[in-house]
Amino acid sequence: MTALLDSFQASFSALPTALIDAHGLGDARRAAMLRTVAEGLPSQRSEGWKYTALRALSARSFVAAADTPRLHPAALTDIPAPRLVFVNGQLDPGLSEFFNLPEGLSVRALSSVLDAGDAGAVRSLARRFDAPDDTFARLNAALAIEGALVHVAAGAQILAPLHLVFVGAPAAGDIASHSRHTLELGENSRLIVVEHHIASGAHRHLGNHLMEVLVQRGATLTHARLQDEDAGATLMARTDATLAANAVYHRVDLELGGGLSRHELNVALAGEQAQFLSSGAALAGGRRHIDTRLDVQHDARDTRCDLLWRGLAADRGRLAFHGGITINAGADGSDARLSNKNLLLSDSAEIDTQPVLQIHADEVKAAHGATIGQLDATSLFYLRSRGIPAQQARVLLTLAFCREALAAIGDLAMIELLSPRLESRLADLETVE
Amino acid sequence: MLKIDNLHVRVAGKHILRGLSLEVHPGEVHAIMGPNGAGKSTLGNVLAGREGYEVTEGSVLFEGKDLLQLEPEERAAEGMFLAFQYPVEIPGVNNTYFLRAALNAQRRHRGEAELDSMQFLKRVREKMSVLHMRDELLHRAVNEGFSGGEKKRNEIFQMAVLEPKLAVLDETDSGLDIDALKLVAEGVNLMRSPARALLVITHYQRLLDYIKPDFVHVLAEGRIVESGGPELARELEQHGYAWVKDRIAP
Repeated sequence: MTALLDSFQASFSALPTALIDAHGLGDARRAAMLRTVAEGLPSQRSEGWKYTALRALSARSFVAAADTPRLHPAALTDIPAPRLVFVNGQLDPGLSEFFNLPEGLSVRALSSVLDAGDAGAVRSLARRFDAPDDTFARLNAALAIEGALVHVAAGAQILAPLHLVFVGAPAAGDIASHSRHTLELGENSRLIVVEHHIASGAHRHLGNHLMEVLVQRGATLTHARLQDEDAGATLMARTDATLAANAVYHRVDLELGGGLSRHELNVALAGEQAQFLSSGAALAGGRRHIDTRLDVQHDARDTRCDLLWRGLAADRGRLAFHGGITINAGADGSDARLSNKNLLLSDSAEIDTQPVLQIHADEVKAAHGATIGQLDATSLFYLRSRGIPAQQARVLLTLAFCREALAAIGDLAMIELLSPRLESRLADLETVE
Repeated sequence: MLKIDNLHVRVAGKHILRGLSLEVHPGEVHAIMGPNGAGKSTLGNVLAGREGYEVTEGSVLFEGKDLLQLEPEERAAEGMFLAFQYPVEIPGVNNTYFLRAALNAQRRHRGEAELDSMQFLKRVREKMSVLHMRDELLHRAVNEGFSGGEKKRNEIFQMAVLEPKLAVLDETDSGLDIDALKLVAEGVNLMRSPARALLVITHYQRLLDYIKPDFVHVLAEGRIVESGGPELARELEQHGYAWVKDRIAP
């Protein structure tokens, strides 16, 4: 067994039995742990892990967080309430503010529900993950004892964004945290959520996040995910979303930080006329490795997806993008678009992009394209000839390139919130001439 | 102000400029004319510092400094401006933002205080009114969706805002109809001053009806083969460039 799985096994064994068995989940947790240990980590021979090697990670050991490090509240001044703050995977009640919530919005920490809550609130935890590559989801099913549970009542229009903040903070050891989240929107409701993955200092923790999203009939979810973690951090994230009829899931992802960051974004357009509008920008500078995998399933008639992703790799960065769209039998009249454009900014960087479109239905509209290029030399010269220094000119051009993805969210307040992070990371990118 | 001495330039292994010499003083307007392929645009690009232009011999002094040792942005800050023959469209970069970034970068380089947005806007408004530019163009991305004439006017507008010491206009008349040409020329004429020099590169004499040069030079086969006053441009118009070729010493 690898050092990594050894350490996870040890963390599992150290969990109180009462916590493992809470709400009758004990058998499922033990089975998930057993299978993970038996099967080991996914290898690059598996198609889904072709571009991400886990060799280095598998040799490392992590411990569970012992206590929450004190974090200065000033670190979060730009993130308003309502907010739920987790530090190294543990809820920080002092920094969190989720009390006077608008009517119809319910926000709870998974830990509080496991302690003393109704089993209904955690029923998704009983879900089994059976696919061979579901390793990190299985680990999550076994080990997750914390997370955010968000529910919006039918018809409720929640217009102030809810912030879910995950902070990696320096600690004595390398900490692994497994967090399980649910976002559930009742019929015709509306919610805006911003996920922040940030660091309060240098660390080498691992965060394993599994989020389940359910958007009921006619509901609209706007969801931003800002990944701006420390360069030593490892993130394994998975989002599984299901959209009922006429539901709209509007999403923007910024992958700006971390050392190794993988995100699997799986969306099922289960009801007629459901729409998934997803844009994102990924910046792989330094030695960062970013692997984004989108899997969109059109399961019902007249469903629509529009995926607009931009990627940049500089220095020795690695970027992998998989854009999978399947229009299943019966999903007639579906409309699917995928645009993935990439800029390769150094000779030592690498980008792999893979648009995969499968159509098993009739009368569908589908368009997909992926490109990898370099900064336009003529544009660069034009800016420089006006007096703009080379480095600033490159930032201007790369920002313009990424801004398209940010603009697609169409929410000005959201753009203003995310833009400074994107700009400062772009300015830091070590571009090689 | 500008002293080019025996300049030889190679582009993609091909010798384009072969011993070009030219001297420009403050307040002067020089026109460089010549047939296609004579090296006119190469001259503009090599002065602005574009990559891919290899200087194999000769020197260029700008205000006493070795221009060829400077990065393009340093040349701009020192007061060099190239109006592009084909202005570049830069989607996603706002025209105003771009221009302010450029002006302030130049000012920083020169050790001057940067302009805040109010001061900058005031300057921009002044220049826009003299150039009859539509406000709307300011809010668009750099040159994106601009007509040919709008792009060329945007070049002159940038020049007006940046106030260079030496402006090189690379075939600014190409692709313009007569009305657009007049507007552009009017803008250029407003920029004439005893402290500023202009180098007008053109294929046709037409532009010189509106921007009156002090000197006209004929560029052929990589060097200046004939220099004179404005009357030289008219002679060229009458006789064509074949006339020049006959005069190139073998």
